[in-house]
Order: sequence, then structure tokens, then C-alpha cells
Amino acid sequence: MIEALSYGFIQHALIAGVLVSLASGIIGSLIVVNRMVFLAGGIAHASYGGIGMAVFLGLPIFLGASFFAVAAALLVSVLTLKKRERTDTFIGLIWAVGMAIGVLLVDITPGYNVDMMSYLFGSILAVSSEDLYFMGVLLGVIVAVMLFWYRDILAVSYDSEYAALRGVNVRLFYTLILILSALTVVIAIKVVGLILVIAMLTIPVYIAEKCSHSLAQMMLYSGLIATLFTLTGLAVSYTYNLTSGASIIVISALGLGLFMLIDKVKRMV
Amino acid sequence: MGVIDVAHVSFAYEKDLVLDNISLTVEKEDFLAIIGPNGGGKSTFLKLMLGILKPNKGTIRVLGKEPSKNLSSIGYVPQNTNVNTDFPIKVIEVVMMGHVGSKRPLFGYAKEEIACAMGALAQVGMEAYADHKIGSLSGGQRQRVMIARALCAHPSILILDEPTASIDVAGQRDIYELLKALSRSVTIIVVSHDIAVILEYANKAAHINKTLSYHDIPNKEKSFLSHIRGQHFCEVELLQMLGSKRSRDTSEPKNQWRTTP
Repeated sequence: MIEALSYGFIQHALIAGVLVSLASGIIGSLIVVNRMVFLAGGIAHASYGGIGMAVFLGLPIFLGASFFAVAAALLVSVLTLKKRERTDTFIGLIWAVGMAIGVLLVDITPGYNVDMMSYLFGSILAVSSEDLYFMGVLLGVIVAVMLFWYRDILAVSYDSEYAALRGVNVRLFYTLILILSALTVVIAIKVVGLILVIAMLTIPVYIAEKCSHSLAQMMLYSGLIATLFTLTGLAVSYTYNLTSGASIIVISALGLGLFMLIDKVKRMV
Repeated sequence: MGVIDVAHVSFAYEKDLVLDNISLTVEKEDFLAIIGPNGGGKSTFLKLMLGILKPNKGTIRVLGKEPSKNLSSIGYVPQNTNVNTDFPIKVIEVVMMGHVGSKRPLFGYAKEEIACAMGALAQVGMEAYADHKIGSLSGGQRQRVMIARALCAHPSILILDEPTASIDVAGQRDIYELLKALSRSVTIIVVSHDIAVILEYANKAAHINKTLSYHDIPNKEKSFLSHIRGQHFCEVELLQMLGSKRSRDTSEPKNQWRTTP
């Protein structure tokens, strides 16, 4: 397996795996504590519309998907701020409609026959240098936002009503969290595919939440646990010639099962 | 001028008038209890004082300014602090949410802010729990932390919405003893259903049910109330007693509602 590391595409896959894992650890934590898991799933599926649009217009896939995902996030932000109790309906809507638009756009693109499965289940072995730059810059932006506005984001996530009373612009930070989530979902699609994104954003976070005393700690642990799962999943996928995205998710699920078992045994002792 | 001056305030959600021509002056040394039936407009009144809502008619002044321009002078303890207990956040971080974000460092929290938060925790007797996860505390302890959060910005007024709703009886006494101690330096306004306890600790009571009526609670009445506490009057009976007192009060001219103590 060591000789595999000399291949450029494997190196790209490993770097992408680490970058995406760290980003999804941080953003996944925010998504879980803000109870936006379903929302993240909706944005992930809606971004398929962006993939279809990029294919149709001949744009870079990342650009199309990012544009669509951010638009979906902003739409949800505007719709849910007024009618919070109907959030689930709106999410269900963008979830299905976004995908449908993507399928239709691919249909009407003349002579296009690239395997769309790679967007559904990930294609980490096909990461380009440009993809890596995009992922690196996004991770940098996420880390910078967390450093500068950690206390505001913490306040908005923990108790948004009180944060508003203390003069924090709740709407701004809520929208910021949504946009960063949308962009993280887009880079995670490259690694595990849009169908499996939710698992990548939530399984490591679930484990980290149990061992953390603060949100920052939870973000760090989630990132590290996600990295461990991603690299293990990649190794398994390479060794047994399996789909990488699915391998990463199954390894994560096994890791979660193991963690819960240990947790239970500890409690009994 | 009082600490809070409410003059002829009316408020309606859509077309339903919730508060009708409310006037009230809260003095510096007051411990005011706001009571009244559910749906009577208590929470709406709180939101108006906090500047979350704006009155349709009339004015509200907090230390002479509009409520929303005086955020740091009011400490607020919201209702039901038992939500979101899984959230990974330390007690000290919750308390530091109370700082108003004007003078703050580039990253994280300033040393003075941490010291100030520890001071607020010490005031409520919770400094030993600063690094505990908020979810590991009992309901009463968590309520103390929320009071510390409200005290963090050194407010001159503390407003609490049903502070003892989800706490056991012993914990409720502790919270009110704490509020009584705090009331020496801070004006306190409490919304509560817990009439017996409120009347024992408060020196003023405002009954809100669309309109407002105002009572001083002289010491004589307090001892009477603590006497009947032993016999365990139910709250409905106490409410009825207050209601009958109210109808006597409202028949008197308006300017005599408030008799200076």
C-alpha cells in the first residue's frame, strides 16, 4: 500500500480527505448544535441542480454547485426567518426540486454522457489541483470566521433570543452559518457524494459531542475523528477495490458503533 | 423619574389589544412582582420593557432612554432555561454571553471579561462550577447561572420571567433568597405564577390582565401571607384574594394606586 502514496491522484485524495474532514468537523458541529441536519441534507441534494447547471452551461462543476447551494441556503434563510414552524416543508421542497432541476438539465445537455454517479457517491480519486485550492481556501475561511466570531456564533447557536438582546446580529450569523454549511457540503460531495454527505457531517460530531465540554473542543475533535474515518475508509477502499465514499461512511458507522459499545460498557463498570 | 417609566402604553398583536393604557413607575429600590393570568399580557409587557417589541401607543423609558438604546442596563433571565441541555458549553461561556459586544478583543474573551463573569458567578454562589458543562447542572443551579449571565453586564435592573417554573421547592426558596439579597443593589422585576413566594419577597405587585393594577405590599400583609403559607392556601384562592383587593383598588382615583412607602 505504501507504493500507492507515490501516485499523484492518491496524494490528492489524501490531502482532499484531510481538508474536507476538518471543514466538515467544524461545520458539522454547528449544523448539529443548531439542529440543521435536515437542512444540510436539503442543501446537499439541491446542489445537484447546480451540478446540472454547470454541465449544461459548460462551467466548472464546483462553481455551479457552490452557486446553487448558496442560493438554496439563502432561500431557506429568508423563508424560515419569517415562518420558522414551516422550515421542514421548505427544506423538503428545495431537496426535491433542486435534484429534479439537475436531472432535467443533464437530460437536455447534448452529447453529455459522463457518469453522474460520481456526484451521488463521491469521486475522491478524481480530485484536481484546482479542487484542492478551493477546499484549502474554504477551510481557511471557515477557520478565520470561527476565530474572529466564535463568541457570536456560540451565542447565536446556544440561545439566539438572548444573543439578539445583547445586540448580536442573529440574522447575519444564522445566514453566515448557512452559507458556510452550503459550501462545506459542496466540497464534501467530492469526497463522499451528495447522498452520503449527511453521514459525514454528523457521525464524527455525535462522537465528539459526548467527549466535549465546549463547542470549540467539539469542532476540533469532530475534525480529527472525521480525518481518521476518511483516511481509514480510503485505505479500505484502495485495498479491497471498493467505492471510496461508501467505504468512508461504513467505516464511520462502524466507528460510531464501537464508540457506543465502549461508552455503554464504561457506564456499566 | 423612576428606573423604568411606562406611560400610557398600549400594544396589540394584529388586531387583538393585549395591553391597554398601562402606566407604571419602577423605583430604584423596588422588588416588583408581575402577576396575572396566562394570556393576560405579562410576557408582552416584559418584551416591551426589553425593547424586543415596540408599543403602539405611549412611551417606555429605561433610565430615561429607549429600552433598545440601553441594553446593558437591563439584565434578563428568560423563561425555561432547561432547553438545549446537550449543548457542549461551559458555565463560564454561558455567563460571558451576558457581555454586550462593544469593547471586545480581536479573538475570544478579554481577561477583564472573564474576571467579571467569575465575579457574577460568585454573586450567585456558582463560581466552583465555572468549568462544568451546563447540561450537568441541576435545574436550580442552571437558573443561578442564567442569573449570573444577566448580572454580567452590571445591570441596574434585573428582569426575570418565571424564574422558578421548573425547579423543585427547595431550589425555588434558594432562588428567591438570592434575589432578595441582590435586590439591595439591583432593581428586580419578576414575572411569576408563584404568588405566595412572590408576595413574601416582593414589595410591589402589578397585576396585568390587559389593564394594570398596582399594589404596595406592606409588611403587615407579608406576615399575613407567610402565616397562611403554613396552612397551605392554594394559589387560586390567593389569586381570588388579590382579585378582590384589585377591584377595591381600581375604584379609587388613579393617582392613589401608588402610595409612597
